[in-house]
Amino acid sequence: MENNAFYVALSLLMNLDAALFQIVALSLQVSLLAVLAAALLGFPLGAAVALWRFPGRGGVIVALNALMGLPPVVAGLTVYLLLSRAGPLGELGLLFTPTAMVIAQFVLVLPILAALSRQKVEELLGEYREQFISLGMSRLRMMPTLLWDARFTLLTVLLAGFGRASAEVGAVMMVGGNIDGVTRVMTTAIVLETSKGDLPLALGLGIVLLTLVMLINAGAYVVSELAKRRVG
Amino acid sequence: MTSFNALLNAASTLCPPTALRFEGVAFSHLGETLLGPCSFTLTRPGPTLVMGPNGAGKSLLLRLAHGLLSPTQGQVSWSGEGRPRQAMVFQNPVLLRRSAVANLTHALAVNNIPRKARRKLALEALERFGLTARAATPARVLSGGEQQRLALARAWVLAPDVLFLDEPTSALDPAAIKAVETAVREFHQRGTRIVMTTHDLHQAKRLAGDVLFLAGGKIHEHTLAESFFRSPASKEAQAFIAGELVE
Repeated sequence: MENNAFYVALSLLMNLDAALFQIVALSLQVSLLAVLAAALLGFPLGAAVALWRFPGRGGVIVALNALMGLPPVVAGLTVYLLLSRAGPLGELGLLFTPTAMVIAQFVLVLPILAALSRQKVEELLGEYREQFISLGMSRLRMMPTLLWDARFTLLTVLLAGFGRASAEVGAVMMVGGNIDGVTRVMTTAIVLETSKGDLPLALGLGIVLLTLVMLINAGAYVVSELAKRRVG
Repeated sequence: MTSFNALLNAASTLCPPTALRFEGVAFSHLGETLLGPCSFTLTRPGPTLVMGPNGAGKSLLLRLAHGLLSPTQGQVSWSGEGRPRQAMVFQNPVLLRRSAVANLTHALAVNNIPRKARRKLALEALERFGLTARAATPARVLSGGEQQRLALARAWVLAPDVLFLDEPTSALDPAAIKAVETAVREFHQRGTRIVMTTHDLHQAKRLAGDVLFLAGGKIHEHTLAESFFRSPASKEAQAFIAGELVE
């Protein structure tokens, strides 16, 4: 029975295991913060690329699309180099802290949010353009209107970003260090338990992680479907 | 209200609506001239109905006049100082994914109307266009006729000097068409210059003060409505009125 992953997952949850609770809380905290910060910058950035015509725009779009597939370890390495003692931001002493993990996931998620919101906003702009010009709106004024009117599709984009952040392990491992009680999150704990050979625990943690991600997605889906039906 | 309207009518006769002037305006795309060159001046009170067969360049003319497109040749200008306040109602109304009233307050916000005044103005316009009960309804679930009335209400709150309408009734049923035509008359009475395209002869007869007749990207006639419908001068217009196919 103790070797059954589902049993382990269930008992971890049932017993409200304090260590597990801390890991789950940190995982959610890091990923949600990273996605939120990436959205605050990424959505306006995507909308700006959709709205403005400038030299090198095609290059920016290709770069954003390509960076959607940025390997987490590369993002991790970049942030590691920036934050390490000898790095330009070493003074801040952020390496191996949750903040460093947020920064690494922010770097991973930003291109996803910017690239996908650029696409969605550009589609909407195609529909609204003439009306906007007729109303005498500047491009800057169009941006908040477009972002608000694309809110339901942008929620899906946000979920894609959250999925990426909560699932990755390479970046948080490198800049967080998987320190027990400080920077250990779900994915790094799974890697650790697997290498220790405690496969049921690793699998149990995996099930907990999957359940959490599913719950968040289901919640967002229900909210957006209800709202969509209302707004049409 | 009556005295207010009378005042507006008096005002519109005292100072006729802003004149629109096309000087050798042409629009070409990929080397093909789609419109013009054409020159005309709209000084009569109107409403001006732009008529002609499909592909004649009616919508293009409206977009050039409104500034949605820039002419590749020639110049569009207005009488008086600066650019007059303009609005346009499209064949398929473009409404934001928000409530009916929010569509109006958004247009007001864009035009720098103070926040406190917006809602009142928006609700007044909704009432004028019979949409009070629909204020909180998402604009995109309104019926086709209601959507077009909302687009007209949005134009109304902006109090434009000039209103362009591009085939505003082509997708509507008779009752909705009547509502749109009533609205057009109200705008006209308020002193707004109306420039509207239609391919519906009966509608043109009901509304037109003067007619711009286009065919093949060229203006063939610009006359008072009465004389246009009674004795069109050009061969193309004669054929169009007689219901023939115009090349």
